[in-house]
Amino acid sequence: MILRFHRTLSLGVKNLLLHKVRSCLTMLGIVFGVGSVIAMLAVGEGASQEASRSIASLGSSNIILESVEPPREPDNPLQTGSKPPLWTQKYGLTEADRARITNTIPNVIRVHPETERTDEVMSASSRQRAILHATWPECPEIRNIQRIEGRFFTQLELERAMPVCVISPSLRRKLFPFGSAVGEFVRIEGDYYTIVGEYSPGASEVEDEGKEGAETVARDDILYLPINTARARVTSFIYGRTQYDTLVVQTTGTQHVSAIGESIESLMDHTHADHDFRIVVPLELLAQARKTQRLFNVIIGSIAAISLLVGGIGIMNIMLATVTERTREIGVRRALGARRVDIVSQFLVETVVISLVGGLTGVLVGLGIPGIITSLTNLPTVVTASSVLFSVIVSVLIGVVFGIYPARRAASLDPIDALRM
Amino acid sequence: MLDLTDGVAMDPVIRIRGLEKIYTLGGETVAALAGIDLDVAPGEYLAIMGSSGSGKSTLLNLLGCLDRPTRGSYHLGGDDVSKLDDDTLSRVRGKRLGFIFQSYNLIPQLTVLENIAVPLYYQGNETPETLQRCKELAAMVGLSGRFDHRPKQLSGGQQQRVAIARALVNEPLTILADEPTGNLDSATEEDVLAMMDNLHAEGRAIVMVTHDEHVAARADRVIHMKDGQIQRTTYKTPV
Repeated sequence: MILRFHRTLSLGVKNLLLHKVRSCLTMLGIVFGVGSVIAMLAVGEGASQEASRSIASLGSSNIILESVEPPREPDNPLQTGSKPPLWTQKYGLTEADRARITNTIPNVIRVHPETERTDEVMSASSRQRAILHATWPECPEIRNIQRIEGRFFTQLELERAMPVCVISPSLRRKLFPFGSAVGEFVRIEGDYYTIVGEYSPGASEVEDEGKEGAETVARDDILYLPINTARARVTSFIYGRTQYDTLVVQTTGTQHVSAIGESIESLMDHTHADHDFRIVVPLELLAQARKTQRLFNVIIGSIAAISLLVGGIGIMNIMLATVTERTREIGVRRALGARRVDIVSQFLVETVVISLVGGLTGVLVGLGIPGIITSLTNLPTVVTASSVLFSVIVSVLIGVVFGIYPARRAASLDPIDALRM
Repeated sequence: MLDLTDGVAMDPVIRIRGLEKIYTLGGETVAALAGIDLDVAPGEYLAIMGSSGSGKSTLLNLLGCLDRPTRGSYHLGGDDVSKLDDDTLSRVRGKRLGFIFQSYNLIPQLTVLENIAVPLYYQGNETPETLQRCKELAAMVGLSGRFDHRPKQLSGGQQQRVAIARALVNEPLTILADEPTGNLDSATEEDVLAMMDNLHAEGRAIVMVTHDEHVAARADRVIHMKDGQIQRTTYKTPV
């Protein structure tokens, strides 16, 4: 039995090797079909993991409130007297909102305020526009930023509005290119601040060499300040139109997040009639992202299915030609005692070998393409074992499905008709 | 009625009764065989002669179980094979019959030895002993040094010898030959015919289609066919 199978297999391989160019061309459809399936799934998986990671970094048990500039009302001359001009009009989240949410909504641990402004930061040797991120001492755990050196500012420093700050690596390199900045001073609007630590804002650490122009502010040039310090000393915070840009609501767990989101919304609606805020629930974003990903996978799957179908039809086409060409051989084999099933298995082995070899080559292609994509475009790609396994199984199935018709056609000939060819 | 009692004690290897084969060509029915009775005794050397269209090839195809009769019965080695299913017929072909074709019909991608072993493969009978037997058969037909040659590397006579060895590998009692020397020059024709004589001497029945009187003269019995019927039968004159 095993010997028999081995003979069928070696005969099939021998026949394929006899027509190397034809076999390779036949294989090509499957190679690129499988390769593109794996590559596309890798890009999709990479994008999905990236999205999940960036959403998860917001914290899945958190709810984020953001200040939004209210829609401009049409210029009504009757109202101009009663309201302050638009450019000084205050909007957004306030300390009152923060206190109200903390005190009235159950399962809320803490409401963490954040405000960001862009301003010029100076060291002894250089100056740089940077993001001033005014916040609370719990920022590292909530925003998932990583300690590099020193410490974050403390609750005491917050309460006393002390002139301390924490610098990001990107900004530190620009202001203090020759080493540690901890213990040094930076100047903002004439006030000096002691740098107590260096903390990295995380994943998106991009070098932007040669963009030292004063007007551009890199996303990673961040200076963390206690919010009370900023509100007491820095002009853009004092006179800014918003008190808080963002409130991060920490809840006790993921199970209440959606409900809390809704109750915050209804609470806020009472005091913010013009709806100058927005609620972001990372958990819901995550669910949304997964849904989008599923749709994306369906589209990728259809494209892949079409390309594999084309490859399969290519195989069937060639095998039909082969069957016609070898009709006489089939007749001879039948005369020498081959049953129909022997002929079917002979041709089936050939298509399965073609599509399996094509599939495995396609896996190599599919492993290579994502690497090239990542190196060229910086898009993350993740090749999963399941996608490799899936496409190899599919390629074998294609060999069987598209091989069975030519093989059956070969075997259905009466021996005498086949011999007469 | 001629006396055929010579072999009456032995059952014939081939017995056909009222065998008909009718083709329909463009609405017109053509009787390629119009009711034939024929017995072939074990070890008999039978030649079938006739002009083209006489039905001799159709008869040989039916004898070889390559085609199915429209009517009539066919007993091969005592079994009625006109009613067997396709798979069993395949076994019968491989086991009881050896084919020698006019155009050799070797499989081009296989070597001499592999070609000889094809019938073994389909009988599931590839053992070291039978594979050894392939070598002996190849040597017997004079191809000792050419085991690994492909058919294309051989002359016509050599290819036909490979075909003869292949026909013998499953030890069939009946050899069916369709103009085995039709494509050969007279020297190699003599070779191949001598080989057929040897097979006959070993006790195998041979049914050979030919249109060459000279070739047919070697047979014990010659049947002449015309219009799908046996026209006359001649016997080898005892020496």
